[in-house]
Amino acid sequence: MELLIFYPIGTLCVFLALGVVLNKSPIGSAMCLIGMMLGLAAVFAIQHAHFIAILQVIIYAGAIMVLFMFVIMLLNLKGDDTVWKTREGNTLLTGLGAVLVVGILYKMTEITGGGEFDSPTPIQETFGTTVKVGTTLFTDFVLPFEVASILLLAAMIGAVVLAKSKMDD
Amino acid sequence: MFDINWIELFVTLVKIGFILFVTVGFFAPILTWVERKQSAIMQDRIGANRADIMGFTALGLFHILADGLKMFTKEDFIPDGANRVLHTMSPIIALIPAIVTFAVVPFGGVYDLFGVKVNLVVSDLDVGLLFVFAIASLATYGYAIAGWSSNNNWSLLGSLRVASQMISYEVTMGLTIVGVLMVYGTMKLTEIGAAQESLWMWGIFLQPVGFFMFFAASIAENKRIPFDNPEAESELVAGYFTEYSGLKFGMFFMAEFIEMVTIAAIVTILFFGAWHIPFLTTETLLSWFHILGTTGANLIVMLIHVGVFFAKVIFFIWFQMTIRWTLPRFRYDQIMKLGWKILLPLSLANILVTGIVILAVK
Repeated sequence: MELLIFYPIGTLCVFLALGVVLNKSPIGSAMCLIGMMLGLAAVFAIQHAHFIAILQVIIYAGAIMVLFMFVIMLLNLKGDDTVWKTREGNTLLTGLGAVLVVGILYKMTEITGGGEFDSPTPIQETFGTTVKVGTTLFTDFVLPFEVASILLLAAMIGAVVLAKSKMDD
Repeated sequence: MFDINWIELFVTLVKIGFILFVTVGFFAPILTWVERKQSAIMQDRIGANRADIMGFTALGLFHILADGLKMFTKEDFIPDGANRVLHTMSPIIALIPAIVTFAVVPFGGVYDLFGVKVNLVVSDLDVGLLFVFAIASLATYGYAIAGWSSNNNWSLLGSLRVASQMISYEVTMGLTIVGVLMVYGTMKLTEIGAAQESLWMWGIFLQPVGFFMFFAASIAENKRIPFDNPEAESELVAGYFTEYSGLKFGMFFMAEFIEMVTIAAIVTILFFGAWHIPFLTTETLLSWFHILGTTGANLIVMLIHVGVFFAKVIFFIWFQMTIRWTLPRFRYDQIMKLGWKILLPLSLANILVTGIVILAVK
């Protein structure tokens, strides 16, 4: 039953991800990316990680991509350069990109083709619930959590300082 | 692999059908008439009474029919130079979140009917409240893209205002919800509703400041007066949907009215005791009708609760309409100032005070 839902969503995600790269207009790319984020959220939901799925929608699809769209819309006011300029003739970049793709594909076939998988351990009833994620974050992973929040705070203050110094000029 | 629980499937389909009927089939068309009639009464006019069938006007109710016919038969116009795909997609993107939110809105408690426990909510998600919030934030795209893809400067300005306004007020809305979560200790809308059986447990008494901020933020999210800058007629023609006609315009219109119903429902559940009647517990009601047997008593209590819930919803719809026809429109910078400099610090303070009180009570 889960596979029946997973395969269409997985296929959709792959096509939308391709759409992000191949789309000619920036807004089209952004729309594909939003669609792919929602698809990923659905994959999380299938795996019983409802909280992560909702966070995926709120943070990536709901907040970050809106800002992306905002910037694209502001930059595209004239509407005459809706087509990305493709970078041509950069052999080093193309070569490195090819090596990366080949490496990832090789690793993927090696892992998936290499013998048996262990059958997954049955998950607990509380897995993925907000309560469970919250308790784990504030007990086992409290140090990484706090470090990450300090990092975000520093980034926020940095952004305010940079924007303010520009405004004072 | 396919052992489907047919009873559960049937019950769920009935609930989905009921929700669709109530929102799209009943509230959305009726509210177009209510809005005109209420504005007419408030401004001492006669109001919608022109459409008639053989001389009968039925208080202007035929206007709903006339509007529907007009929208279906009007030419669907896409302006020159517009992005055809996105122009067509955006009303759909705007309308779907408004309806989908209702999937987690409970319109009654749990009832024992014919030996089956019927929970009156389509999907009792563990993250219900966050689901509402997440889906509501997706509607931004519909409005933002509508303006951008129309190839019209007024529309673009309107959609930029939509995007900035919705992002700003989502922050306040999210932080206000935190206060409610802290008080009830759950994100399930059904549990929040069930926790408000006694009057003094209602959200309005436990989170009074939270209610006002949530209500203001949700009206701003719905872009209605006094927060209707994205479509400010006197400045931007009609804002983001200037270039829309026919049923596509109708979809934006419907999205706005369905969102009003959603706001009223969420406010009822979070702050006004959901489906409960003050001083009347479910047990008391059940004992009154115990002569009718378990199923009969449960059925009657269920009908009463659903009726009470929708009565409260209708009250809050009326309240939103009254606000809409009372206040003038804010200026754009006033909206931003209210969102970031007043509501955001207030909602943070609300969380702090709630935390201190909870700690003190414990």
